[in-house]
Amino acid sequence: MYLDPDVLRSVKILVVGPFGVGKTTYIGNISEIEPLQTEEEITEASVGFDDLSRTPDKTTTTVAMDFGRLTLSEELVLYIFGTPGQERFKEMWEELSRGALGALVIVDPQRLDESFPVLDLVERFGLTYAIGVNHFEGTTTYPLDEVREALNLPADTPVVACDVRDQHSAAQALITLVQHLKSLLA
Amino acid sequence: MSDEYGQEPHLELTSSLVPLFVITNGRALPPDQEYERTALVTARKEGGAAARTLSPEGQVIMDLVADGFLSVAEVAGHTHLPLGVVRILLAQLEESGLVLVRKPVPRADPLDRELLGAVLDGLKSRFGA
Ligand SMILES: Nc1nc2c(ncn2[C@@H]2O[C@H](COP(=O)(O)OP(=O)(O)OP(=O)(O)O)[C@@H](O)[C@H]2O)c(=O)[nH]1
Ligand SMILES: [Mg+2]
Repeated sequence: MYLDPDVLRSVKILVVGPFGVGKTTYIGNISEIEPLQTEEEITEASVGFDDLSRTPDKTTTTVAMDFGRLTLSEELVLYIFGTPGQERFKEMWEELSRGALGALVIVDPQRLDESFPVLDLVERFGLTYAIGVNHFEGTTTYPLDEVREALNLPADTPVVACDVRDQHSAAQALITLVQHLKSLLA
Repeated sequence: MSDEYGQEPHLELTSSLVPLFVITNGRALPPDQEYERTALVTARKEGGAAARTLSPEGQVIMDLVADGFLSVAEVAGHTHLPLGVVRILLAQLEESGLVLVRKPVPRADPLDRELLGAVLDGLKSRFGA
């Protein structure tokens, strides 16, 4: 359960994507600890307006956020935070993106349009990202180039196949992201 | 993926009806960045005396981090306490000299070449890529 006593540095990467795309499955598959959740409060405007003040009512909702851990060396540990891609989680995005190395954006090729709000958030929070195209069996495999085109991505943004249930594939997507981050410094 | 399942001390809280302002002594939330999710926490060995006056939730955290470092996120995950409450309790525990907090300093800089290299090497050796 405990970290190596020599671990001095911790880094984080976000795994983001639309509802039900496989974020929790991804983290559960790759984490060295049983995946845990943090319970956090978000405030959101509830439906309807207060008639007297004409200001939107704010309600507080508790959400559970998944995360996992990967010890990378005696002195370095990586935390992976699953971050839902809806606008109402933007407070959390603000906090999670601070100091994050980058983001792996998981997309479902059957419903790529749902990825746009997520791409909007990663760009707004200045996160460098790679796209992991999840494969749901029984569905057509889309050529990665078509995904790139449909999402209108910059030419250098990596787009890789990422079967969230396969550890090798999941790890490879993470490696691709870090290679991309590194290449931007060259 | 877990090799620890079931070995964890029993940390589930039963007192979920205790209002949060009681648990935290009415303290305000510290700034988020004070206890980032990835900050690492452990009990100070020499902190024994003050520990007797802790709230049950503060004690749960002390027991959890008694034998090594865990991240703030893991403390929240294992104790099932809301992250905001964990941060306030950690602020109190640190103030009382009971815990040592390794803040993510030097703060992870996404532009740190050497750091990215270490992350990449770590991932490759872990997953044999
Ligand atoms: N067949 C198949 N099912 C998958 C795959 N990935 C995820 N699923 C299933 O799809 C559902 C959603 O996966 P989750 O990992 O919970 O997705 P999520 O992104 O965490 O979802 P939310 O947290 O609800 O936004 C689950 O029932 C998974 O078992 C996949 O690659 N293939
Ligand atoms: Mg999920």
